[in-house]
Amino acid sequence: MEALFSLVVGVLSASGLYLLLRGRTFPVIVGLALLGYAVNLFLFSTGGLNTHAAAVIGESISPTDPLPQALVLTAIVIGFAMTAFVVILAIRARSELGSDHVDGQQGEEGDVGR
Amino acid sequence: MNQHLIILPILVPMVGALALLLMGKASFTTHRRISVSLTAALVLISLLLLNRAASGELTFYGLGNWNAPYGIVLMLDRLSALMLTLTAVLALGCILFASAGDDTKGSNFHGLFQLQLVGLNGAFLTGDLFNLFVFFEILLLASYALLMHGGGKARVGAGLHYVILNVAGSALFIIALGVLYGATGTLNMADMARRVATMSGDQAALVTAGALMLVVVFSLKAALLPLYFWLPRTYSAAPAPVAALFAIMTKVGLYAILRVQTMIFVDSPAAGGITAWLWWSGLATIVLAAVGVLAARDMRPLIAYLVLVSVGTLLAGAALGTTAATTALLYYLPHTTLICGALFLIAEMIGQQRGKAGTRLVRARRLHQRHLLGGLFLVAAVAVAGLPPLAGALGKLLLMQAAEGSARLWLWPLLLLAGLCALIAMSRAGSVFFWASYKGEVATGRISRAQLAGVVWLLASAPLLVIFGGPVSAYTQATAQQLANPQEPIRQLLGDDPTQQVVLFQNIIGDAP
Repeated sequence: MEALFSLVVGVLSASGLYLLLRGRTFPVIVGLALLGYAVNLFLFSTGGLNTHAAAVIGESISPTDPLPQALVLTAIVIGFAMTAFVVILAIRARSELGSDHVDGQQGEEGDVGR
Repeated sequence: MNQHLIILPILVPMVGALALLLMGKASFTTHRRISVSLTAALVLISLLLLNRAASGELTFYGLGNWNAPYGIVLMLDRLSALMLTLTAVLALGCILFASAGDDTKGSNFHGLFQLQLVGLNGAFLTGDLFNLFVFFEILLLASYALLMHGGGKARVGAGLHYVILNVAGSALFIIALGVLYGATGTLNMADMARRVATMSGDQAALVTAGALMLVVVFSLKAALLPLYFWLPRTYSAAPAPVAALFAIMTKVGLYAILRVQTMIFVDSPAAGGITAWLWWSGLATIVLAAVGVLAARDMRPLIAYLVLVSVGTLLAGAALGTTAATTALLYYLPHTTLICGALFLIAEMIGQQRGKAGTRLVRARRLHQRHLLGGLFLVAAVAVAGLPPLAGALGKLLLMQAAEGSARLWLWPLLLLAGLCALIAMSRAGSVFFWASYKGEVATGRISRAQLAGVVWLLASAPLLVIFGGPVSAYTQATAQQLANPQEPIRQLLGDDPTQQVVLFQNIIGDAP
């Protein structure tokens, strides 16, 4: 399970980073969202991965650490708010700058593939 | 009441922010009155806290009465009290200036401003790493909205970069926290420090990785060399009172670095790596920022690069790590923050009277109130370049004295050359603004009293920090000594017996159902 979990986190963060480095706002936002998922999963795993383990003492033989779950909840809420803000900001930038490029210009150097 | 005083710097602006956001329909005058009086109250509260911390007393406050290391703790020591006071003083100047009309250019300025103060004060008070992350997010969210206040192409463009970079930074922050929590099993700073000190092998390597990632995140906030490229554009696009308040934002990063460096990772293998990274990046930041100061074609980026010079200076000072160096940098810190803030405000006032030319360094019409503005500009320029008799010179002198051996060889020339560059750039800017103007025409527009009050309030720090140089440097020296002895807060918070507290959750075995 650890191997699969770390693979998922790794692939998610790699894809997130790749998209984050693109020149248009839409891939960048998707990249941020993927990176957010990877980070939340990673944070969830910091208490150790257990199966059939409740986060409450006395409910199962070896309880799991409840704190990472609380932290992930906080991180999800904050990440959600941030993503919403970035989406609105990107739409506003598209209308004000007349382009969805992160630098607000079309056809710049390094803006490949389009 | 006395016991709850420590949480007021968070509660007062938070309640204020909520009230101000809810009464969106009330007149601007009401908003201004509430906002200014709340910020003035904040100055008083932080002075009380400063007075309490000055005696060397450490105050802890367990939120919800959950005790450390299980609950979130607020911790007040000399450093936090100093930063709180600095924030409140800077904020009062900015809010006075903004009340002259900048707050009417968009909606909810005062509510967001108070929310930003919640985040700043919380970050300075908290003794818990995850709580630090939460307060960072609060101050960042407020800063995104404040940066966009008034709208316009430049702000949206700069804001997009700033927001994306900081969201990515937050992701790295959580990864670092996850690594540290996985290795140590705690998020309380004092508890983590105690566990890090006894760590070995694989776990120590994890702690080192986590510590260095944390420092990268804080360097992004502090705008250290490879991570500073967002700063000049963001600061020059922001509305003047917001840019002035942002002068403290880089110092939040510096504060966080100082805190984790002196408290948590002082004995860990990460300490050497952190110091080396801070020292060389700090010096390189000074060099590039000095070049930026000379190259700027507009007053606002020029000031933004001056902020960067101060960041480099302060972080190089933090890398020296001696008590004398910390004393010096804590003396230099309030001065440079307040003066850079004041400079943004002065630039705005100059820009208002130059019509289309704005703050660009080009020939324009004569300023309407050139004697008043010239006088303010002169004081600020002397202060920011670090010339005697103002506090900048004293701060740099203390820092140069604190450097020893080969560090001296690097720090002295760079610091002095950066001062020279600032001097050249400021005198060039001053000559263009006040002397190289077209004959005859005089620009219109007057400085309002509120604007003047804000600027004078901030500029007054330069002479005051010299006049009260003795008590201030005694305080910063005591702060440096307190930081050099992190065992004391840890002992006071967690008690003498370390084994009693060190219970990893993984070791708790519950009763079988």
